[in-house]
Amino acid sequence: MDTLACADSLVHRLDPRAKLIATLVFIVMVVSFDKYAISALLPFFVFPVVMISVAGLPARYILRKVLLISPFAILIAICNPFLDRSILFQIGGINISGGWVSFISILLRFFLTVTAALVLVASTGFNAVCLALSKLGLPKPFVMQLLFLYRYIFVLLEETERLTRARALRSFNNTAMKLTTFTSLISHLLLRTLDRAQRIYLAMCCRGFDGNVRLIRPMKKGRSEIIFVAGWSLLFIILRYWNIPLHIGAFIIRRSL
Amino acid sequence: MSHHIVEAMDLHYTYPDKTAALSGVSFRISHGESVALVGENGAGKSTLLLHLNGYLRATSGQVRIGDCLLTPQNLAIVRRTVGMVFQNPDDQLFMPTVFDDVAFGPLNLGLPKEEVERKVVQALETVGMAHLAKRPPYKLSQGEKRSVAIATVLAMSPDILVMDEPTSSLDPRSRRRLIELLKTFRHTKIIATHDLDMAMDLCERAIVLHQGKVTADGPIAKLFQDEGLLSRSCLEKPLRMQYCPKAVS
Repeated sequence: MDTLACADSLVHRLDPRAKLIATLVFIVMVVSFDKYAISALLPFFVFPVVMISVAGLPARYILRKVLLISPFAILIAICNPFLDRSILFQIGGINISGGWVSFISILLRFFLTVTAALVLVASTGFNAVCLALSKLGLPKPFVMQLLFLYRYIFVLLEETERLTRARALRSFNNTAMKLTTFTSLISHLLLRTLDRAQRIYLAMCCRGFDGNVRLIRPMKKGRSEIIFVAGWSLLFIILRYWNIPLHIGAFIIRRSL
Repeated sequence: MSHHIVEAMDLHYTYPDKTAALSGVSFRISHGESVALVGENGAGKSTLLLHLNGYLRATSGQVRIGDCLLTPQNLAIVRRTVGMVFQNPDDQLFMPTVFDDVAFGPLNLGLPKEEVERKVVQALETVGMAHLAKRPPYKLSQGEKRSVAIATVLAMSPDILVMDEPTSSLDPRSRRRLIELLKTFRHTKIIATHDLDMAMDLCERAIVLHQGKVTADGPIAKLFQDEGLLSRSCLEKPLRMQYCPKAVS
């Protein structure tokens, strides 16, 4: 992701705040539809598609990431077909219940919002997104949490891997982990993390940390940023209140009559 | 210049769990000296280093940095004077990119932006890592991390450099490069280490710690000849000073 963010394109060159605001408006508009909305959601695909192609991001890679997280969305949505059995309409004699429609709708929303968020991070970089959040008024402790999370998640994963490997190498055929082993492993990890946190805090204090993390990043508010935010927001609002696929469909039917 | 002096006066420190880590450590290091702090694992080296920048407060005894005694009031000044390089560079490099990391200290000192950028570039060039400025620290190799960690401290222009095991977990070439780099520094240096060969390359004086006490303090070449002292302190002669029959014949 960070390597992608280092590339250069029209989208990359925009101020992180502009991209963040546009993405937030996008997400709010997408999730604000009623639960049976499907057709009205479809035009929103224009945002991720345009962003990916202009920024030159590898679509396949982004798609893979989205699919990786998709089980969560499916897990949330899967109950709907069972709970909501009221018949909404029929297609060729098959009854389609409201549950299935809302299931599809949830997946569509998930797909749209997660793709948009990933595109934002891939074209901006996680740290720049954090910085934009803080410039837009997110309290500093949250921003710092995010920055530290992103910095140390790799160290933590590496440590976990070392611990589990050490266990695996000495447990021979017992591939399943005993609960006692697991608790001790987890508690070790916690203790190490606490120790590390202390050392990091010490290192920060040694370099004059006073509760504020300062970063040097040039920020610009130019014409292209304003056009970017205003243009996309306007489009999203139009798409939100004007169901284009429905109008096109109605238009085609009227012509054919 | 008297402000490069480090003096410990009868330091005692006991950890909250009642382990006595230091029991009466005294020494005086003057301007421009390079001193190796050697001793076995758990001899109290790291504990001692943490006293020099005021992270730990001695149970009794005092530390003097330059002209002033270390007190909670002048902690900020002392920490600016004493640059500390930790054993694990992952603990020291906590910012999103190498540049931000090196800029962290100078920005906290309240320096203007241009000055900070100049200092960062200068510090990174000194350690030969200017090309890594935009990289995230976790993607660097151990050697690179170590060099960048040193740059983060150099950027604050400290008078005294304190290093904990600077050569640990480095491959021979990275280790050699680091030694050559440290040789070029004119700061007062205090290096805690087990790497006695490195100590001989960099320091003219050694302080031997054993069970929280200073067992010897003097010219490094002389101390490392003293096999009795070394074995009492759980150390061995540096490799270059050990008798090596094959190499002789």
